[in-house]
Amino acid sequence: MDILQTVKIAFRGILDNKLRSFLTMLGIIIGVTSVIALVSIGQGATAKVTEQIQSLGSNLLTVNIMGRGANTTLRYDEAMEFANSPNISAVAPVITGNITVKHANKNSSVQVQGTNGDFLTVRNYQLSKGRFIAPTDVNMRQKVVVLGSQIAEDLFGLVDPVGQEIKMGGQTFKVIGILESTSSMMGSNEEEIYIPITVAERLLQTRGVRVMYIQASSQDTVTLATNEISSKLSRIFKDNPDSDFQSFRVFDQTQMLDTINQATGTLTMMLGGIAAISLLVGGIGIMNIMLVSVTERTREIGIRKALGARKRDVMSQFLIESLVISGIGGVIGIVTGFLLSRGIAQLMNMGVKTTYSVVAVAFGFSMLVGVFFGIYPANKASNLKPIEALRYE
Amino acid sequence: MLISFDSVFKIYKMGDTAVHALDGITLEIEKGEFIAIVGPSGSGKSTLMNIIGCLDTPTEGTYTFEDKDISKLNDNQLALIRNRHIGFVFQSFNLLSKLTALENVELPLTYGGKKGLARRNRAMETLNSVGLGDRLHHRPTELSGGQQQRVAIARALSTDPPIILADEPTGNLDTRSGREIMEILKELHGNGKTIILITHDINIANQAERNVHIQDGKIVKDVKVVG
Repeated sequence: MDILQTVKIAFRGILDNKLRSFLTMLGIIIGVTSVIALVSIGQGATAKVTEQIQSLGSNLLTVNIMGRGANTTLRYDEAMEFANSPNISAVAPVITGNITVKHANKNSSVQVQGTNGDFLTVRNYQLSKGRFIAPTDVNMRQKVVVLGSQIAEDLFGLVDPVGQEIKMGGQTFKVIGILESTSSMMGSNEEEIYIPITVAERLLQTRGVRVMYIQASSQDTVTLATNEISSKLSRIFKDNPDSDFQSFRVFDQTQMLDTINQATGTLTMMLGGIAAISLLVGGIGIMNIMLVSVTERTREIGIRKALGARKRDVMSQFLIESLVISGIGGVIGIVTGFLLSRGIAQLMNMGVKTTYSVVAVAFGFSMLVGVFFGIYPANKASNLKPIEALRYE
Repeated sequence: MLISFDSVFKIYKMGDTAVHALDGITLEIEKGEFIAIVGPSGSGKSTLMNIIGCLDTPTEGTYTFEDKDISKLNDNQLALIRNRHIGFVFQSFNLLSKLTALENVELPLTYGGKKGLARRNRAMETLNSVGLGDRLHHRPTELSGGQQQRVAIARALSTDPPIILADEPTGNLDTRSGREIMEILKELHGNGKTIILITHDINIANQAERNVHIQDGKIVKDVKVVG
């Protein structure tokens, strides 16, 4: 018997029981939908994070300095020595502390960051207004401040803040620029304020650089730069190379990318796995219905066998029926999964990404479920003895 | 010899007791015969028909069909015999209710590997030959009992098998429809088909050429009908 005819017969079987077939299909539809939607969301998140990290430039190094006790900290001038290396094109050390900013009758507690002019290029930030801290501001200890967009709005409302003054720790600062807001997994800059690092040392009464953002001169020198920084800092902090304790840590973007990709990849797998379980449950639904169908149609099977249907004819009839159910369910599931993920993306303002591979895997898996859970009932049907099947009432 | 039974037994185990549905049947049927197997219900005539039709196998003894020992054939070969050599007509018609008359008639052709237009044309041809050319797309429920049985006959004839095996074909029909069906069977016999008719009704049986009476799984009488 030709395959086309078998498919036709299978379709007839499905159409004869529309509601039941649809309910059976629903299990597969929900399974495939959730696989597609969840994996799309997971992959969308991964893609967005990757993009954000890559937008920082792949030659960015982040050095976190924990320090060793209170004494051994890294001073600004020590940090700037790194800038002399041929492997390093820019260094932006950061001193941070919490402080209250005041303007008129408004005040707000914020984290203030003391840094230098390179910070803007190294972190790849943009200004929406005014200018950033200049080298002279650092050298001359100018009391100037660059505001994040949110803090600027909180303090000044609709008034243009550039040229206005704010107070921090009893000192008056002139607002010289506003940052264009960017938010990434590395945090938002909307609530941050920046002052020259030399001013921050006095204002916050600390000389310890907490973080250094360093730009390697090119992508090829990232490793060289990392090694150089590590050996220099080890010398400064007298770290024991055999000890687990480290007073600093250097991250480059590829490392960070790897770490994050690993984390989001695991998340995506987990989401997909959970969704796959529902697909499996859908498959059990198919088996259940197919078994009922075989029992119900015992007489039909007997008639078909009496008319010359071979085992494999009956087998393929039922197997294709379950495949058609899971296949149609899979296709509907792909469509609804795609739409659902786009809907979620719209609603929650998230990035989603549906790759061909996840569509192929989800559809393939649904077909596999159809075959796997269809084989037992189909086999049961094909092994019915014609005479017993014919006698069945 | 077309069909040959050599001391065939069919024994069912019912708990501890063994029921001899067929108790040593020896029977020969020639090509082109019109034979009626007659007996009361429970006599074993249906079991005999099932074995003749390769739907069931004997417990003991040999059944030779066209010089082939049926017990040596596998499932697929049996399916092929049912498809090509035997046309079944059942008391309860056994049409598939979800299919149209035409589709029902097409079924054996489908399993026989006939495709497309050739299959459709052959099915129409057989339906025409039983006088149902105008009922091709009716479902069995939309047809009368007599018409349903004629669809079943068309289905049995579609692969042009040499043997028609009819199990109480008139049992569910009124007298007039029953007479029509018998006329068709006689006509088929006239065209050279071997007709094997199973019935409990001696009046029906007497329309055949030969009557085999069966009781308690044994042949009690095998007579030519003198018409």
